[in-house]
Amino acid sequence: MKPVFMTYTKKDLINLAVCMVLSVLVIPTFITTEYWYTSILIPWLCLALATIGQQIVMGYTGQLALGAAGFMAAGAFAMFNLILRVPDLGFVGSLIVSGLIAAAFGILFGLPSLKVRGIYLMVATLASQFFIIWMIDKFGWFKNYDSSGIITAQDIVILGKPFTTPLAMYFVCLAVTTVLTLLAMNMARGSTGRNWMAVRDMDIAAESMGVSLLRTKVQAFAISAFYCGVAGALFAFCYLKSLEPVAFDIKLSFKILFMCILGGLGTINGAFIGAAFILLFPVLLNAIGNNVFHGAIDATIISSIEQVIFGGLMIIFMIYEPLGMAKLWENIKQKWKTKIPSSTNIKSSLSKKT
Amino acid sequence: MVDELLFFMEVLVGGLLAGTMYSLVALGFVLIFKASATFNFSQGAMVFFSVLAFVGFMQDFNIPFVLAFILAALLMVVVGLCTERFVLRPLMNASEDTVLMATIGLGYVLEGLAQAAWGVEVRRLDLGIGDFPVPWIADNLKLFISALDITAGLVAAIMIIGLFLLFKYTKIGLGLRAVADDAGAASSIGIPLKHIMLLVWSAAGVVALVAGCMWGARAGVQFALVDLALKALPVLIIGGFSSIPGAIIGGLIIGAVEKVLEVYIGPFFGGAIEGWAPYVLAIFFLLYRPEGLFGEKIIRRV
Repeated sequence: MKPVFMTYTKKDLINLAVCMVLSVLVIPTFITTEYWYTSILIPWLCLALATIGQQIVMGYTGQLALGAAGFMAAGAFAMFNLILRVPDLGFVGSLIVSGLIAAAFGILFGLPSLKVRGIYLMVATLASQFFIIWMIDKFGWFKNYDSSGIITAQDIVILGKPFTTPLAMYFVCLAVTTVLTLLAMNMARGSTGRNWMAVRDMDIAAESMGVSLLRTKVQAFAISAFYCGVAGALFAFCYLKSLEPVAFDIKLSFKILFMCILGGLGTINGAFIGAAFILLFPVLLNAIGNNVFHGAIDATIISSIEQVIFGGLMIIFMIYEPLGMAKLWENIKQKWKTKIPSSTNIKSSLSKKT
Repeated sequence: MVDELLFFMEVLVGGLLAGTMYSLVALGFVLIFKASATFNFSQGAMVFFSVLAFVGFMQDFNIPFVLAFILAALLMVVVGLCTERFVLRPLMNASEDTVLMATIGLGYVLEGLAQAAWGVEVRRLDLGIGDFPVPWIADNLKLFISALDITAGLVAAIMIIGLFLLFKYTKIGLGLRAVADDAGAASSIGIPLKHIMLLVWSAAGVVALVAGCMWGARAGVQFALVDLALKALPVLIIGGFSSIPGAIIGGLIIGAVEKVLEVYIGPFFGGAIEGWAPYVLAIFFLLYRPEGLFGEKIIRRV
């Protein structure tokens, strides 16, 4: 059977064009401070990519997984070793292969999902988190026998050209993220995504309708880990510019989980919204602490308050809007539309119905 | 040969006793799971929160030991009250996964509150029980076993017996079991759901406090306790989520296997396999016996 893809509407193409113009033309011309690129835009793109990975397995396939940072670490260290040992592969080739290596781990640790679900699966995926970090930490080969613990990432060179300035790195991240996001959207719209969602909504029913659970779940875990692996490699090479296993600890996994849930489960744009919120909110809090209270509040207290607010928001969202900020945004748009019924809207809604 | 056997015994007993510390944390999970089929991911945060409050009361306000303990226990009752009112009650009809995510959020709130109130530095907790080998056992049995481990084992035993009796023979216990079985039916025959929930969460809070005291005396009262408490998850998978004896046996298995593996196999891999060995063990259990040793069989219907 040929996979049936839902066609893109005019609106989708306009959205894409707007996003591209914003990110390629508007941002580079108006934002000139390095801080924005190195501390906000680059980590935002990397973490959003990892969150898409988390989305695929959690939001679309409905499997509670908590090991995104482990796969990110696998991707990052695979990248380091590939560039070091197989220089012929080039940056893009290494990126893809390191994603595939992470995907292999994803398949391995996704296998328990065939038997268990919910919290049980969460524990099984925690094993991947701890195991991968331990493995990288204990076997010197992965770190090229570097004893200092922190390895400097190699410079990014694509087709002989170095990409070392923040702006260049931003474009590298942007290009990778754009390609992978479009791919993810396509998968989610197509038969792949419909299988994922069928498994999420009722796996037994899906199975009895001919959706192979083995294939669908393993596929989701592999693709998710691929995204996390690529995101991890970018995170290490463009943002941290160093490699250390500690950077990919369980806290990062929780962070990505929060981005995924607060952003909106089962949506791709939710990944970007969630990542932006989790990254920007601490910046905002620190700014308030510095400018309103003039540093009277200790930085550790501010980070504690941040934690309380994230946790509190998680509870509030679970109670009032379990589908997160993306749904909230959708609701606001919907309300706006119903309030001002313009002729075009009515027309489009009519044409949709027929 | 005898020395090797003694050494093995020492590792094994040490592991078993250390395992009871995991059991104490797991016990809190089981209590809540039994009564409300809610998986409380914030149990680890509750351990951290309660013991930090306890130490904070003692060190910052110079409140004597017993009074501070009572105050911390009361604080946990308040936490239970707020959780029931503001988190669980609105989520009464939500899916399991939604409640689980809400408890992850609750864990974040508790960790943040604890650190905002009492700071982030590691605090020492002195229970008056040393973490060193008991001389009497060392002399007579030639085993070096920490006094703290033995205390933890005793405390765990007492709590298990107490909770077991409570569940089995009291009216409250009967109510708890009824609610666990079918909350709707239980409330329709007049069992006060609210009170039962409050009771369970308070009990879990006090259990968390006791577990926190044991861990705190060993490793210092610090944020790492939350990560340690995560190890209660494999314990639960092995023992079964709804079984109190399961939590104990699971803890013992994890403690013993983890120590024995670390001592005998760890050196080949550069050590520190304790970090993931329990989880991998849990995966094997999941593949062969997903409901755990003592758990009820999970039956799903379309």
